[in-house]
Amino acid sequence: MTPSHRDLLLGWLGFALALALLPLALQSDFALSVASKIGIAIVFALSYNMLLGQGGMLSFGHAVYSGLGGYFTIHVLAAVNDGRVDLPVSLLPLVGGLAGMGFAVLLGWVSTRRAGTTFAMISLGIGELVTACVLMVPAFFGGEAGISANRVTGSAWLGIDFASQTQMYYLIAAWALVCVAAMHYLTRTPFGRLANAVRDNPERVAFVGYSTRLVRYQLMVLAGLFAGISGGLAALNNEIVTIETVGAHASGLVLLMVFIGGMGYFTGPIIGAIVVTLLQTVVSTYTHAWLFYFGLLFLVMVLFAPGGFASLLAGGSATLRAPGALQRTLPSLLLGLVALASLLAASVLAVESAYRLWSGSAKATLAWGTLQLDPASASPWLVAAVLTALGAALLVACGRIGPAKELA
Amino acid sequence: MTQAAIELRGVTKSYGATRIIRGVDLKIERGERHALIGPNGAGKSTLFNLISARTPLSSGEVLLNGTSLRGLAPHQICRLGLSRSFQITNVFPRLSARENLACALFWAGGHGHAFWRRLSRMKPLLQRADEVLHDIGLAERAQVSAGALAYAEQRALEIGMTIAAGAEVILLDEPTAGMSRSETARAEALIRKVSVGRTLVMVEHDMSVVFELADRISVLVHGEVVATGTPATIRANPQVQEAYLGKVVEATHA
Repeated sequence: MTPSHRDLLLGWLGFALALALLPLALQSDFALSVASKIGIAIVFALSYNMLLGQGGMLSFGHAVYSGLGGYFTIHVLAAVNDGRVDLPVSLLPLVGGLAGMGFAVLLGWVSTRRAGTTFAMISLGIGELVTACVLMVPAFFGGEAGISANRVTGSAWLGIDFASQTQMYYLIAAWALVCVAAMHYLTRTPFGRLANAVRDNPERVAFVGYSTRLVRYQLMVLAGLFAGISGGLAALNNEIVTIETVGAHASGLVLLMVFIGGMGYFTGPIIGAIVVTLLQTVVSTYTHAWLFYFGLLFLVMVLFAPGGFASLLAGGSATLRAPGALQRTLPSLLLGLVALASLLAASVLAVESAYRLWSGSAKATLAWGTLQLDPASASPWLVAAVLTALGAALLVACGRIGPAKELA
Repeated sequence: MTQAAIELRGVTKSYGATRIIRGVDLKIERGERHALIGPNGAGKSTLFNLISARTPLSSGEVLLNGTSLRGLAPHQICRLGLSRSFQITNVFPRLSARENLACALFWAGGHGHAFWRRLSRMKPLLQRADEVLHDIGLAERAQVSAGALAYAEQRALEIGMTIAAGAEVILLDEPTAGMSRSETARAEALIRKVSVGRTLVMVEHDMSVVFELADRISVLVHGEVVATGTPATIRANPQVQEAYLGKVVEATHA
């Protein structure tokens, strides 16, 4: 076994172990439901990156495939509820996958005729069309209210009835593990290389004997399969599927996830899915301004780390692996982290103060423990200004002492 | 009469009122090494683009081994056994040199769009890729991404991708452009080696390479073939000397 094989095997074992042990570390139901959402988002983001990162296809309508997968799953689940169909609930995500794939076979035939901007525009158009259809056919899609069903149904196998979030989490984790492994395998096949070739230089692909359109189409169909599975998992997890799941917002969100995480790396979308889902679920419980932070994060990443978190991590680990690098880079690394922390604190302070000032909410003061700040007074703004100045000064100092540049 | 590997019948190409190729008739026999020369803007690369269907013909017909290529897409023509290189390097920049060659080998290796086989397990294909890497002098650079290769290395990779799969008919568009003397000599030897038993058409500005390699030469001027013949007849052709060769011929005779 070569070292790279061993690393890979260890990576997969670690991933499986982390998925399996996570519920033991997470005590609350809330944390478990966040973990479930992350698992679903990982599959969705990776399927999106098959198009964007692997094939160079910028889609604005990927939620169509996950959303429709979700609708078909929930209908079959409802049929199981009624006793019309007898299928184990644990296999229902496959229904979503097949539906997603089926629609990708259908719609992808149109959208993959072109690449680049045209493909992006077609995907946007298809997204709008499908959203319109969802509203126009309430008999199947349930209109604004959506379709709901109960996942605790059918015959429980080994007493697993998915009544608890823990069982649901394990179902998601198992599916996520299988899907991530399958998508990773794809990147190591001739097909995966051809997808990269289409991304890099579509014209030359034709002159090594391949139809770029066919490669794009196949990518789309496979991405549709995995997107559909993620939609099916979401349907089981939420027990309801609504119009938002197919909409432009969901399609935009997955693009942001992949971009923030880093589309150039297989792990990028996984990191992006974790970060964005945490923002969406955890940070949103603390502040209504979470969307603002999300936008801010996206902007900062686009401007300063266009390769995403994954490229920061890869660059960082490459730098640190050099002999004696840790001693050399540690001061600037720490300085940089302090600088970023103080800039983050400053922006949070400013955003929260502004939000309280203008939203006219009753909870008008900022409270951190015993520290009380009144947004109407000068104090929070002064603190924010000082923190900004401090952060900027530290960043400059950090740049002066050098090696931090290697990390960026 | 043997069937020509490539036959052009009344091929023209116009952009609006501008006639780039003005009716080219040309037969290239099987196993022949044929050089296409002519001044800049004569339409040599355009002719290559027309043969390989990179750009559509305005009128006329191209036949490959007697089969008309009318209406075929570039990838279909490639599958019929015609492989071409590009004047401006045209590789997959984010793939490694080895992966670039692997991509050029997939179809001929019968791997289609295989998404169930692991690339690292495809030993014969990778072996062939490594052979080509060795031939083009990039054995040490196998893992470097093509975009990070030096210009001459990219040119070598370009040739490697064109010849890797063993196509019967090979079109090389200025294979030695931008190469140093020693690199040119290496490329020339490589082209000679791989073109044995195959049909080769090349556009080339380096006259020593042309006269060294070619069995026959065609001279293209203003979108028309003004002469076709063996290197000796082309050298001796006064019309060609006047139109194009001039000083070069004197220089090689001197």
